[in-house]
Amino acid sequence: MKPTLTRLLAALAFTAAALPALAEEVVVYSARNEQLIKPLFDAYTRDTGVQIKFITDKEGPLMARLKAEGSNTPADVLLTVDAGNLWQASQEGLLRPIQSKTLQANVPAHLRDPDNAWFGLSVRARTLVYNSSKVKPADLSTYEDLANPKWKGRLCLRTSKKVYNQSLVAMMIKEYGEGKTEAMVRGWVGNLATSPFPDDTKAMEAVAAGQCDVTLVNTYYFGRLMEKNPNLPLAIFWPNQNLKNKESGVHVNISGAGVTRHAKNPAGAQKLIEWLSSDKAQNLFADVNLEYPVNPKVAPDKTVAAWGSFRQNLINVKEAGSLQVKAVKLMDRAGYK
Amino acid sequence: MLFALAVAALVLVPVAVTFSSFARVEGDILAHLTEFVLPELVGNTLWLVLGVGIGVSVLGVSLAWLVAMCEFPGRRVFDWALLLPLALPAYVTAFVAIGLLDFTGPLQTWLREAWGITGLPEIRSRGGVILVMSLALYPYVYLIAKNAFATQGAIALEAAQSLGLSRTQGFFRVALPMARPWIAAGLMLALMETLADFGTMAIFNYDTFTTAIYKAWYSLFSLAAAAQLASILILFVLVAVVFEQRSRTQMRYGAVGRSAASRRIRLSPALAGLTLLYAGTVLAVAFIIPVTQLTLWTRDVIADDLDTRYWAFAWHSVLLAGIGALMVVTVALLLAYAGRQRPGSAMVWTQRLATLGYAFPGAVLAVGLFIPVAWLDNWLIDAGRAWFGFDGTEILKGTLLVMLLAYLVRFLAVGFGPIDSGLHRITRNVDEAARNLGTGAAGLLTRVHLPLLRTSLLTAATLAFVDIMKEMPITLMTRPFGWDTLAVRVFEMTSEGEWERAALPSLAIVIAGIIPIIFLTWRGAHSHG
Repeated sequence: MKPTLTRLLAALAFTAAALPALAEEVVVYSARNEQLIKPLFDAYTRDTGVQIKFITDKEGPLMARLKAEGSNTPADVLLTVDAGNLWQASQEGLLRPIQSKTLQANVPAHLRDPDNAWFGLSVRARTLVYNSSKVKPADLSTYEDLANPKWKGRLCLRTSKKVYNQSLVAMMIKEYGEGKTEAMVRGWVGNLATSPFPDDTKAMEAVAAGQCDVTLVNTYYFGRLMEKNPNLPLAIFWPNQNLKNKESGVHVNISGAGVTRHAKNPAGAQKLIEWLSSDKAQNLFADVNLEYPVNPKVAPDKTVAAWGSFRQNLINVKEAGSLQVKAVKLMDRAGYK
Repeated sequence: MLFALAVAALVLVPVAVTFSSFARVEGDILAHLTEFVLPELVGNTLWLVLGVGIGVSVLGVSLAWLVAMCEFPGRRVFDWALLLPLALPAYVTAFVAIGLLDFTGPLQTWLREAWGITGLPEIRSRGGVILVMSLALYPYVYLIAKNAFATQGAIALEAAQSLGLSRTQGFFRVALPMARPWIAAGLMLALMETLADFGTMAIFNYDTFTTAIYKAWYSLFSLAAAAQLASILILFVLVAVVFEQRSRTQMRYGAVGRSAASRRIRLSPALAGLTLLYAGTVLAVAFIIPVTQLTLWTRDVIADDLDTRYWAFAWHSVLLAGIGALMVVTVALLLAYAGRQRPGSAMVWTQRLATLGYAFPGAVLAVGLFIPVAWLDNWLIDAGRAWFGFDGTEILKGTLLVMLLAYLVRFLAVGFGPIDSGLHRITRNVDEAARNLGTGAAGLLTRVHLPLLRTSLLTAATLAFVDIMKEMPITLMTRPFGWDTLAVRVFEMTSEGEWERAALPSLAIVIAGIIPIIFLTWRGAHSHG
């Protein structure tokens, strides 16, 4: 057995190391999962002949990996969900700024790094979903209002361990300061109908079953749930839309990408990211997960468009990263599990 | 001894990387965690360990005793069927349990709508976590304890009865103490896995030491603080394990007389019925219901998701788990054997260090292994570039070797537990008898010990195989490009909350895991009949 084993390993090692790079190749480390990115990469290869090699993992391990590999990393592109992670990658010096007129034009200013180290590629809106047989839309107004005692025992939330909630709270710290934000989070916690859920879908199911009346979710989870079960008494509400009260819009986040500092094919990496932001790719990128295209010239998917249009909060999404640690600590203090 | 030290050194690499994090202490993050996070979760973790410890011991030992020592209808099926929950990752059981039993689940919905019954105990609670973890992990205790009962010999029990002990007293005063190393080995595996678990805790939103480690890393962006917390966890486990081991180093656990299997206790019809009900309930709750749910979900997604690539995923999973299990068993056998040749407290510490990988939170171990490998690889690449004009970005990292070594580090404990306790069963008299007949050291191992250890070796191989199939963080971090496995598919689906779509790869893992379990039982049945 032993010699066979050794030979097998040697053969595998050899093929892995010795495969010649025939065509141009771009290597991607992705925290966006395989079924969401593979169709795009296949399309890119069809379009340009450029081969894409990729590996998926969580952001934390991917960044640790990039860091450990240093200048010998095979990765050209880091693709993640949530701006906070991209901000952190750039803080750790894992990304290189790129000058691209295409990306400047395709990606709105608040959805990319001011220093050009990363760029949003799809928009994820975190909004309110309510039980349409128990709540009138007129009763809903803002994220802050969910801390109002009138929602006591009527609110469901996903766990504060999920980065989406951390980003939301981080952006609120940017907007209102820590004191006001903490009071609000304490209000949310006081209004909870039950302990926080592990994911958005479970929280919405609780709303539909009447365990609570309203929750906070990313819209694509709503889309997915309703696709499977269209009769649920659930509806979307866009909060913080009232301009007269100087409300600043719906909290958005991105999934996005940057070129790695030690990319072997930085030009190819940049071309890939530019292509992903183009009209051609945007629908494929966003629609496959019912997200919003980042490129304002591209219309969202029919299902997504049917939820109505909304005004986005224009604070730069990098604050989700720069204030994430503060946000997490704040939520711990407020007892938001 | 040298070999044992070499193995321990391998495990010490990630341990050292983890401990080296103390070079940079981020005071504010640790202060925050100490003030707001740790107080509650230390209590949570202790409750969890206590609860799961009792849960797996009661379930595992009682079922092992019933199957090994008693005769009841269906015993031969339960013998292997009770192992099946091993093939099911705990977080899958957790997700299914919550799906069925939470407020929104079918049971509560039906009770509420048809009968107006509300206020059932909450499944997303401490009790719920303990229940699910116990159901998922009892097979470790069951499998190893069953071997102990089956091999400990009926004569001891008969002697106890002839001395006037009742059957119950005989169980508690003779059989149970005689099986202690086995039960302890199974319990240690279950508890180490509980301590390192992240997936199940995340689904229950139950905060433990390990969830705080991930919070420090992913949420507070401090891999250093995460590694420091992990170091504390590892130290705690090491001390507990060595303490347990030392408390019984003075005892010997040889077998007395022939195997008990041939004289099982005939239960009265009423007792046999109760036994059947008990074993059946455990099997249903821990395996049949979750798998039924997985099958229903799979039916919904199979048309869209099952493609030809699945053959490759399954092949990769089976190949890696197969080679990995072989490595684990080989090294574990040598390590346990070294302990038999050179007993002493230095050896105990060495062995326990070498099997510490199982207590690490998976992703922390993955990083702890990846950093030195990448460092070595960078050195090789730079040397290769300077001397041979090598043009590439990976040498070691591009091979399966790193992955397999990582599995070895992680799962050595899983192989070591059954094999070490199995070796205890072979008395020194056997060795002496063999030596007197002119058998050398090598012959003693191959001609005497290996045949006697067959069941233990198969047990170790099965546990390692199934655990590697389910493993996620190491697989994700160290796989070469294109080496996706079934567990990687589970990750792809669950990372965006698509649990129903994760049912297909989960079910494939279960099916692939059942094969060695059945093989184990079949071979086991033939080895000590």
